[in-house]
Amino acid sequence: MRRYSAFAIAREAARFHTGWERAWRSPEPKKKYDVIIVGAGGHGLATAFYLGKNYGITNVAIIEKGWLGGGNTGRNTTIIRSNYLQDPSAALYEKARSLYETMSQDLNYNVMFSPRGVIMLAQTESEIRGYQRTAHANALQGVKTEFIGPQRVKELVPIINLDGPRYPVLGGLWQERGGTGRHDAVAWGYARACSDMGMDIIQKCEVTGVRQEGGKVTGVDTTKGPIDCDKLGLVVAGNSGDLANMAGFRLPMESVALQALVSEPIKPCMDVVVMANTVHGYMSQSDKGEMVIGGGTDGFNNYTQRGSFHHVEETVRALVETFPMVSRLKMLRQWGGIVDVTGDRSPVIGKTPLGNCFINAGWGTGGFKAIPGGGWATAELIAKGEPGPLSAEFGMERFIEGRFIDESVAAGVAH
Amino acid sequence: MLTLKCPYCGVDAEETELHAEGEAHLKRFGPGSSDDDFESYLFMRENPKGVHFERWRHQSGCGKFFHAARCTMTLQVFGTYPAQTLEPPQDIKDKISATYPGWSWREFQ
Repeated sequence: MRRYSAFAIAREAARFHTGWERAWRSPEPKKKYDVIIVGAGGHGLATAFYLGKNYGITNVAIIEKGWLGGGNTGRNTTIIRSNYLQDPSAALYEKARSLYETMSQDLNYNVMFSPRGVIMLAQTESEIRGYQRTAHANALQGVKTEFIGPQRVKELVPIINLDGPRYPVLGGLWQERGGTGRHDAVAWGYARACSDMGMDIIQKCEVTGVRQEGGKVTGVDTTKGPIDCDKLGLVVAGNSGDLANMAGFRLPMESVALQALVSEPIKPCMDVVVMANTVHGYMSQSDKGEMVIGGGTDGFNNYTQRGSFHHVEETVRALVETFPMVSRLKMLRQWGGIVDVTGDRSPVIGKTPLGNCFINAGWGTGGFKAIPGGGWATAELIAKGEPGPLSAEFGMERFIEGRFIDESVAAGVAH
Repeated sequence: MLTLKCPYCGVDAEETELHAEGEAHLKRFGPGSSDDDFESYLFMRENPKGVHFERWRHQSGCGKFFHAARCTMTLQVFGTYPAQTLEPPQDIKDKISATYPGWSWREFQ
């Protein structure tokens, strides 16, 4: 792999850019791999990357039914934060956030991590108490956040309307080192690094069955033929339920549609990420100038990758109240992704009823921010066969043991 | 917009006046049941890509709970029926079979 650098740009400029090589190979599948990861999204590719980097396991295939990073990795609003209430979540998301800080250097790929800061607005009395509690919890967890008053919010976000008629801004939870990243670049960067380690990324190859023998996985059937493996990792977000069906077990998850939309590009007007959880809308400005907007999920099971229009209306209505300038914006496009939501709104990283099959799923509406941390933890799980400290609490057995990681209460919203 | 006919009041209700209430025909387990049954009842879900049976509530209407048979891939609605039943009515099962021969959902087919 030729490294990207200022020198490489100068070299290629001098020869009309004829020397760039493909960022990753697209090989045909081999007969057998040590590890097969199903799903070449952020989490799947990160899992493969850390299997190679941390554990030296490089005989790995990453199988993707569509194109690389074309699922939720390419559909989210790119927000990165770690201001969670519960200890296991804060540890996992803070690990992810800290890995984002050096990801461009680690992968030699510019993921445009922009720690511009994230504010979660407190717009009710109970939200003030909730976020003050989170700020205290974060202080104990070593995650740097602070609760700020409305005047500080106004200084950080001049376009905000503090005195909304329904929900005035009463303060906010501020994480200075949160921000955004370039979501596609995260997938592309990991893919390039995985390919460089000799791993095979096999796109347009759908898994159609999970082959088993004596309670263990022996391989998968795919549209490109059967492929054997010693260990299998299922990292397919919204399609987890479908793959679990193939493998013959059920999951504590349901798949629903989550939508996002972007406006026409405008001049820079907001240099932080703002989340308004009571009214259910969040917004940031991309480097191109588009306002990137997200809202809530649909209530019903759905695999269509498009959501109900009234959610767009509700999201924009909420934002217009808090950001009056939004009412003058034209929206450019809108899209949906399918997210798998668990009962306690926390992910599952753990073992499955099949001994050598592991799962990373259930990230719900907040998987992008966790990509490096989730991949790190899942790689450890697959390499050792047992969860490490980061994922120990996130096994599916927490549901039978009543040991929930209850972030639906902590955030007061699907995050 | 998703439209479901409320089997009680007969209104063709739009999604905004309905509330999705999750999987239908759950067998309830309470105190004294095994851990596995209780976990399965509380948390484990079918989540199929295709035919699905679910509970809805006509929230901004008559307020009644009812069931719907729907495809999660195409959003096709096969029909709605009252909640006072342990399994979907035959005519709805037939309608599903017309679109998806050989379908199954839990023990129903």
